Parts: sequence; structure tokens; C-alpha cells
Amino acid sequence: MLKRWRERITPTDVVMWLIGGGLLLLIFWGSTATLTAKTYTAHHWFDFIIFGLAQGSIYALIAMGYTMVYGILRMINFAHSEVFMSGPYTAYFIAAAFHSSGFLDQYPILSLIMIFLVSMATSTLIAVLLERIAYRPLRNAPRLIPLITAIGASFFLQYTFRGFYGSGFQAYPVVKILEGEWAFGGFRILKFQALVIVAAAILMAALYSFVQRTRLGKAIRAVSEDKETSALMGIDIDRMIVTTFVIGGMSAGAAGVLYALMFKQVHFFMGFIPGIKAFTAAVLGGIGNIPGAMLGGIFLGLVESVGPSLFLDGLGIVAPYQLKDAIAFTMLVLVLIFRPTGILGERLAVKKA
Amino acid sequence: MRQALKVGLIGGIVAVLLSLIGMVEAFSQRDIIARVISMGHTLLVIVALFMGYLAAKRTPGKGSLRVLANSFISGLIVGGLVSLLVIVGSLINLRKVFVNAMPVLYELLTFKQGTQIGVFLLLGAGALSGALAGLFFLSPKLLRRVLLISLGSIVSVGVLQDLLRPTFALWGPLAIINEWLFTANGLTIRGAIGLFIMITAASLFWSTKGETIQTGFRNLPTAPQRILKITGILALVFILLILPQVLGLFLSEVFTIVGLYVLLGLGLNIVVGYAGLLDLGYVAFFAIGSYTIAILTSPELGFFSLTFWEALPFVIVMGVISGVLLGTPVLKMRGDYLAIATLGFGEIIRILVLSDFLRPWLGGAQGIGKIPKASILGYEFAGPQQIYYLILAGCLLVIFISLRLRDSRLGRAWMAVREDEDVAQAMGINLVATKLLAFATGAGFSALSGAIFASKLGSVYPHSFNVMISINIVCVIIVGGMGSIPGVIVGAIALVGLPELLREFAEYRLFVYGAALVAMMLLRPEGLWPEAVHRREFHEEKENQAESESPLKLKSG
Repeated sequence: MLKRWRERITPTDVVMWLIGGGLLLLIFWGSTATLTAKTYTAHHWFDFIIFGLAQGSIYALIAMGYTMVYGILRMINFAHSEVFMSGPYTAYFIAAAFHSSGFLDQYPILSLIMIFLVSMATSTLIAVLLERIAYRPLRNAPRLIPLITAIGASFFLQYTFRGFYGSGFQAYPVVKILEGEWAFGGFRILKFQALVIVAAAILMAALYSFVQRTRLGKAIRAVSEDKETSALMGIDIDRMIVTTFVIGGMSAGAAGVLYALMFKQVHFFMGFIPGIKAFTAAVLGGIGNIPGAMLGGIFLGLVESVGPSLFLDGLGIVAPYQLKDAIAFTMLVLVLIFRPTGILGERLAVKKA
Repeated sequence: MRQALKVGLIGGIVAVLLSLIGMVEAFSQRDIIARVISMGHTLLVIVALFMGYLAAKRTPGKGSLRVLANSFISGLIVGGLVSLLVIVGSLINLRKVFVNAMPVLYELLTFKQGTQIGVFLLLGAGALSGALAGLFFLSPKLLRRVLLISLGSIVSVGVLQDLLRPTFALWGPLAIINEWLFTANGLTIRGAIGLFIMITAASLFWSTKGETIQTGFRNLPTAPQRILKITGILALVFILLILPQVLGLFLSEVFTIVGLYVLLGLGLNIVVGYAGLLDLGYVAFFAIGSYTIAILTSPELGFFSLTFWEALPFVIVMGVISGVLLGTPVLKMRGDYLAIATLGFGEIIRILVLSDFLRPWLGGAQGIGKIPKASILGYEFAGPQQIYYLILAGCLLVIFISLRLRDSRLGRAWMAVREDEDVAQAMGINLVATKLLAFATGAGFSALSGAIFASKLGSVYPHSFNVMISINIVCVIIVGGMGSIPGVIVGAIALVGLPELLREFAEYRLFVYGAALVAMMLLRPEGLWPEAVHRREFHEEKENQAESESPLKLKSG
């Protein structure tokens, strides 16, 4: 028994388990040190968690686009971060106009809905154009080609919007009803964070039931399972792919407004970091898997906001918050090493090889 | 007809887009031919010409009148959409949203004639360009080629005038050319006409007589052929050696940057091009190389103060070790997962270097300064004109190693792994060793490049090592042609050198870069200078199609 074990374990396995074990030990040690030192109260932790949830639900919404496109086309849609940016940046002008005319303060909910609609429409338009112009001709190209195309499209879109709207940061107008906070017994929730979490939850639930329950959703799932067979079953593949891009664009546009409301500014380069994070989230959850993307996004948001204080503070590391992205990427690499299919497992794992 | 409408609409949208992002206006600062046509107008004319040509090409049937009508219509539509922009702009203030929709833009678009006359001028100019493109399409092949070359070179000389002028000025006798060819802004009319005649003559000569010269060369006996070839190579080496002295400071700087990218590209070419492992975190090794040399040589930190050459072996060893270390965890991953994991590694390294946590050792956001220059026997590689030689030597060394590796047993193993990992393993290739060697070699080259980069700048900052560098290098390889060594050089010149040359239009650099990447992947996915194997792979289908189509053609003909 022991001999067979020894034969099956390669040196690389040993190295990897050592790395993984070491990191786990570090995390454990750091967390206990932080918790016993009691630098943070329960209120602090609650704030961290709420912030993480809000940030994570935005990641999750963006990740939907990545994961669905990957599921159906097997490509990393690198330009999705620009789909995300285009919506809120365009909607900014509506928001600013509403703000200066006083409409925003008078009918805040109506104006918010319109801002959302404009943002979602723009993002969807960009996503559909992207698919039609850049990706459709490359359906059967070797894998690297669409990736490079997507990178090129990403630059193109960034600098188109920079040319359109200018290179400065634009401050999103403040929505008065979203200012302030609710407090229950010392625990407080900022109103806009609550909006972000609730809106993202509603959208994700709607998307999920669309993909799971409707005929169209079923067809999309069929296409991502097996293109040829679903074509034989009479499914219009091109239409399903466009629908996927529409869904991805809509959720990215919505996520964009939420992001802009949370950080109160838009910029032509704002998509890059959330885009990479959202892709990480999609991989964490198991790419091609929709609930996985949601879970991965929220997980990533939580790790980013709680992680630095929890794991690193106790180790006596200076300015741990600077390392939050490093924690996120370490998490990604660890998941890829030890569970390459992601947390929830990839639905399409069988066909990968 | 419908095709012409469609093509014209697309062209019109492109022209409006170019105007709205401010490119037309920025380019109008510069005249191609002084007081005749500016770069901005050239841009729009090129759009109309291209669309006219496309409409002509897509016209069914062969009637030349029909072709002309179609290209005329598509040109007219391009002009129409631009004039629509002018009309809308004169009625509504678009500036609130589009920052570049300034009065200057409308003046440019209407040729300063006011909206009403301007609109007609625009329509006319569009239709004229379209019709000219149609005529161009109908003209014989030889004429088309010659016209394209000579017009293209006039535009390129006009675009690059700011570089050519000071370069010519460096050399006494050539200064006359300056006077004859250039004004302060744009070519002189006589210069443009002279250049046109000269290049037309030259290309006409080459198109008619080039074939004979080539066959003449091939028919020579082997000995003189060889002598000619060796002379060619010697001439190339000589040109490479005197290049920085001839070209002056700015161009030498551009060449050093291109050279660094060639070094990086050749390293990544082993990982991506030979072994097929998509590494998006390649900049990590570049950073490791730079930081190793900084730590070992800079007196600012005070750990060591070796010279550049004493530190270099450590740098390369460090690169190789980190290649193995970062390669081990990702050995079992494939394709996109590998790409994302390596991207993650690259970012982790950058964030760690940037953090305050490692500041005492790595300098944090301020980086490390006072890195000494490299020197041999008192010759210091200080400015770009000197460091050029260091980079040239590095490139030649790395090209030599790459070539030898490609043809070795290891190189064949890499390519086998690239084509099919499972089959390669079944044939007895040790996957772990092969992949790790690829990572290690690539990382070693990258670390070397990083060391030269650090000594060139004299300091290192974490911000020099962001993920865009990795992406750029991958693009250089793919655009050049995967796995091809001359491809890497061509790719670096096209993607790094050209944008550097057009620095004054920096705002639109990445816009053009992105558009070019997309266009390149759609039209020529195998790269600018592909390996023979890859070219065949990409055109396999087309060749098969051509074969199956040819009998049909015979029948119809």
C-alpha cells in the first residue's frame, strides 16, 4: 500500500502540497494572531463583510458575462471590461443632465431607473457589435487568435471612449436618497451598499431563472454543451451566441452603474481592474458555470475586504490593505492548482481535453 | 447597389468616429503636402478611397460603369454621413457629451466654407474619392501596384517628416534634401512631385525587371551566389553597427526599446511559440531580472555593490530559478487556465514589489535608483547610442541560442508538446522536464532583458512592470508569427517601434494599435512573417477549397 503511494506521488506534487500547506498555515497563524490581538471589533468586521458583499456582487454581475461567453465560445472575452465601462460612462451624461436640471432630486427612483436603462442599453450595444465585428469571423480560429482580437478590441474601445468623452475622471452625481446609513444596534449599513447588494441579487436571480427556466435559456445551455448537436436539433447557434452577449452586456451595464454609484466616478480606464477581478471570480467559481460565477464573485469580494485585516494584520505586515489584490490572485492560483475546475466544478470539464 | 450602400454606411460611421474622437483634428495640425492636404484630411480621404475600392470589388458582374457607379455611391455616402455630423453639430451643441466636437472640427470638415457650402464640398469630395477608387480598381494591375507604392510612400514620408528632417540635418550633404523636400510643416509641392516620379520610376523598374534580376541571381553558379549572399549579410551587420551613429539620439532610443522587446519576445517565443504554453505573466521575470541587478549593484540599498558584469550571471541564474519555481505549480494546467494563472503570478509579483511590506528590501513605490551603467574596458554603455550595442549583442546571442534550440532534440520535444501534449507524452517525452526547461529558458532571456533595461534607466520602479507589458509581448509574438524568429523582430518593429516613432500622436497610439490588432487577426491571423508550418496550417482550408473549386471554375469558363 505504502509502496504504491510512494510511486504515485511525484516530486512536483510534493512541492505543490508544501506550498499549499505553508500558505494555509500562514493564513491560520495570521488569523489567530489578529483575532486574539482584538484590534478590530465586531462592528469593524461587519463593515468589512458588507463592503465585501457589495464589491463582490458587482464582480459577480460582471463575471456572468465572462463565464457565459466562455461557456459558449471557449474564449476569454478580454474586452468585456470595456463593455462594463461603456455603459456607466455613457449614462453619466444622462445622470449629469438630470442632476443639473433638478430632475434627479425630484424623482430619484425614476431617474435611477433611466440611468440603469441607458447604461444597460449601451453596454449591450457594444457587446453585440463586438461579437458581430470582431468575434464572429473567428469562430473556428485557433484559440490564441480570438484572445488577441479581444485584447485589440479592448484597446480600441478604451481609446474610442476616451476620444469621445475625454480623458479625465467624471464625478457621478450624488443621489440624495442613497446617502446616509441604517443602523441597528451599532451595526450600520450604508444605503448605497444596501442598494448594490439588493439590486445585484435581484438581477442575478432574474438571470439565473432566465437561463434555467426559459426555452431560450435552455437553448443557450444546449449550445454551450455541444454546438453541432444543438444545431442539428434546430437551434440557431448565431442567435444563441448573440443572446449570450446581450445578457452579458446587460449585466455588465447594470454592474457598471452600481460601481459608479459606489465609487462615485467614471473614467475610460475604469473597466480594467474590475474586469480582471471578475474574470478571476469566474475562474474561482468554475468557468462556464453561472452559479459558480456568482459564488466566485462574492467570495472574491469578501476575501479582498476581510482578508488583509484577517490574515495579514496578525503577521505584523505593514499596510496590509495594499496587498488585497495579491491575496485575490493568490487565492486564484491556489484554486487553479488544487481544484482546477473551480469551487463549484466546471460543467463542461469533460470536453476540455 | 445594396453592397455599395452597406460599405458606404460602414465607411461613413468610421469617418464620423474618427472625427468625433478627435483624430481628424489632431492630425490636421500636420500637413502632408504643405498647404495642400493635411494628415487629417488624408485620413478621411483614405477612408473614402478604401470604401470606394471595397464597393467596386464587391460589385457583381464586370460592367465597368456599374463598378464606377457603386464606388461613386459609397464614396457619396461616406461624405454624406460626415456632412450629417456637420449639420447636426451646427444645430445642437454636441460638446457637452463629445469633448472633441469643437468648432475647429467643423471648420476642418467643411474646408472653412461654412455649413451650407461645406456640405456640398464634402459630398463632392466623398463621391470624387469613391469614383477615383473605382477607376483605380478598373486600372491594370501594374499601374495599381505602382500607384499604391508611390502614393503610400509620399504619405509615409509626410507622416514621418519630423523624424526624417533632423536625421538628414545631421549630415551636411543631405541637408540639401531637407531644403528641397520639406517646409516647416509638410512636403513642398516640388518635393512631393519629385518624390512621386522617383518612386514611380523605381517601382516600375522593379515590377518589370525585378523578375529577370531574381532569376539571373538564381542562375548564377553557387560560388558567386554565395559571395553575394555573404556580402549582403556583411552589409547588414555593418548597417546595424553604424545605425545609432547615423540616426541620432531619438531614433537610437527607439531602437533600444525595440531591441528590448525583441529580447523579451524571443524569450517568450520559446514558451509560447515553441512549447505552446500561453504565459500572460511573463513580465514577472523581466521584473525579477531588473530587481536582481538593482539589488546587487545599486549602492542605494547597500546590500551589495557589484558591477553590471559581475551581477549578470546571478541575474540569469535567478531568472532561471524563478522560471522553474513559477512553472512548477502550473505544470498540469492547459490553455486559458495557464494564461490566467500566470497572469495572476505576474500581478502578485508586481503587488509585492510595490507594497510597503517589502519596502526595506525592494524600495516600494519609489523603486531603486543609482544603478550603475555597464562598461567594458572603460567604454561605458551610457546613453541610448551606446546601450544599443549591448542590446544588439544580447539579441544576436539570444537569436543564436533560439535557433540552435529550435533545431535540437529539446526544440523538437517542445513542438511536439505544443501540437499535442498527450501524444508527446506517449512518445516518451518527459513533460515535466520539457515544460520546465521552456519556462526556465524563457525566464532566463527575460531576466537578461530586465538587467539591461535596469542599467539603461539607472533605476527600477514597480510601475514599469504592469500586466500591459506581458500582453504587449504576447501581441508582438502573435503579430509577428508564432514561433518565428524573424517574426518576433518584425512584430517588435511594428508594434513597439512604429508607435514610438509617432509619439506626438500618443493619444491615438493605442486606438490605432487596438484597431490594427483586430484587423490583423481578422485578415492575416498567421502573422506578418510566419513559420512555414504555421502558414500552411492557417491556409489549409483555403487551399482545399481552392482545389475543390477549381474544377467548377473550369466548367463555367
